[in-house]
Amino acid sequence: MSDAPLLVLHLADWFSLFLHYLLFSLLSVGGAITTAPEMHRYLVDQQHWLSEAQFSSSIAIAQAAPGPNILFVAVLGWNIGINAGGVPAALLGVLITMTGLLLPSTILSYLAARWVHDNRELKSVRAFKQGMMPIVISLICATGWILACAHNEPARDWPLWLLTATVTFIFWQTRIHVLWLLAAGAVLGWFSFV
Amino acid sequence: MSTLSAPKSLTDLFVSFAILALQGFGGVLAVAQNELVEKKRWMTKEEFVEEWAVAQIMPGPNIVNLSLVFGGRHFGLPGAMSALGGLLLIPLAIVLLLAAAYAHYKSYPAVSGALRGMGSVAAGLLIATGIKLSRSLKSSSLGIPLCIVVGVLCFVSIAVLRWPLSFVLLGLGSFACILAYRNLKS
Repeated sequence: MSDAPLLVLHLADWFSLFLHYLLFSLLSVGGAITTAPEMHRYLVDQQHWLSEAQFSSSIAIAQAAPGPNILFVAVLGWNIGINAGGVPAALLGVLITMTGLLLPSTILSYLAARWVHDNRELKSVRAFKQGMMPIVISLICATGWILACAHNEPARDWPLWLLTATVTFIFWQTRIHVLWLLAAGAVLGWFSFV
Repeated sequence: MSTLSAPKSLTDLFVSFAILALQGFGGVLAVAQNELVEKKRWMTKEEFVEEWAVAQIMPGPNIVNLSLVFGGRHFGLPGAMSALGGLLLIPLAIVLLLAAAYAHYKSYPAVSGALRGMGSVAAGLLIATGIKLSRSLKSSSLGIPLCIVVGVLCFVSIAVLRWPLSFVLLGLGSFACILAYRNLKS
């Protein structure tokens, strides 16, 4: 966790961050979480603005908190700002990532919802809905897979993988509240079982 | 329809969506259905499913889109903003406090261990949600075999090959939509 990069971000960098989030917004069919792999590519692999550990803990913190999952985006923005110097930059990071992610999609959805509502019998509207179904579902699974693969040393990380596999099975097969599963993961991690 | 109720004011919208959001740990869909349909009776089940389907296919978080459309239908743009604000503002403050607290305590191995454990759980929750939702593929005109082919291709290109999402959505997405269009009757 000590590998967080120290950053100097210029105006052009913040602008580039904003532009990328505008784009992620338009791509976020099925929820912001489906663009998490893309955010990982951009923020961790390409720009090195966040460490691997920061990226996955941002998603875990947002999962642990109440509210829409989209707030992981705010935590990513917060951590970029923290790496770039402190709380004011962190708040700027939150503002930029959240506005960027929400602006295009909300405008588009607001307008499109009315249009779709009026035209829901159209063949093209139905084809779009039905064609996208397997892709939306597959993207959710892929995001989980990428999160699990952040830990990639089989000899050391097999308990984490076992935990992910167990949770997958339990949450799939039962109606248990997510809070219990998250608490179990926290306890196992706290006492170094995983 | 006569038993349907409606939000009384912008404040009512804001507070209702805030309460809804604060109950949703790791996803708000189940809570939203429970609050809006069963408790408040602001929507019928059918309306909820219809709105959710649209929210699902549009870019942006589903619940954000749903709150916008619902607020907008009752009070226009101010309604949309109230519902969205209620949904996001208080949870945003909480999650940032958590993130700041985490940065302060992350040097404790137990805390980073707990987060690592929760991260693995979060991964499992997502995969399980995908598996659960795959039951809805029965209603796709693609048919199950084609859905599996498209789903596997999508998974491999994103999770294994790590291709950019835009290529996959444009390429595989338009391919799947064209196939779905051809399979639809009339």
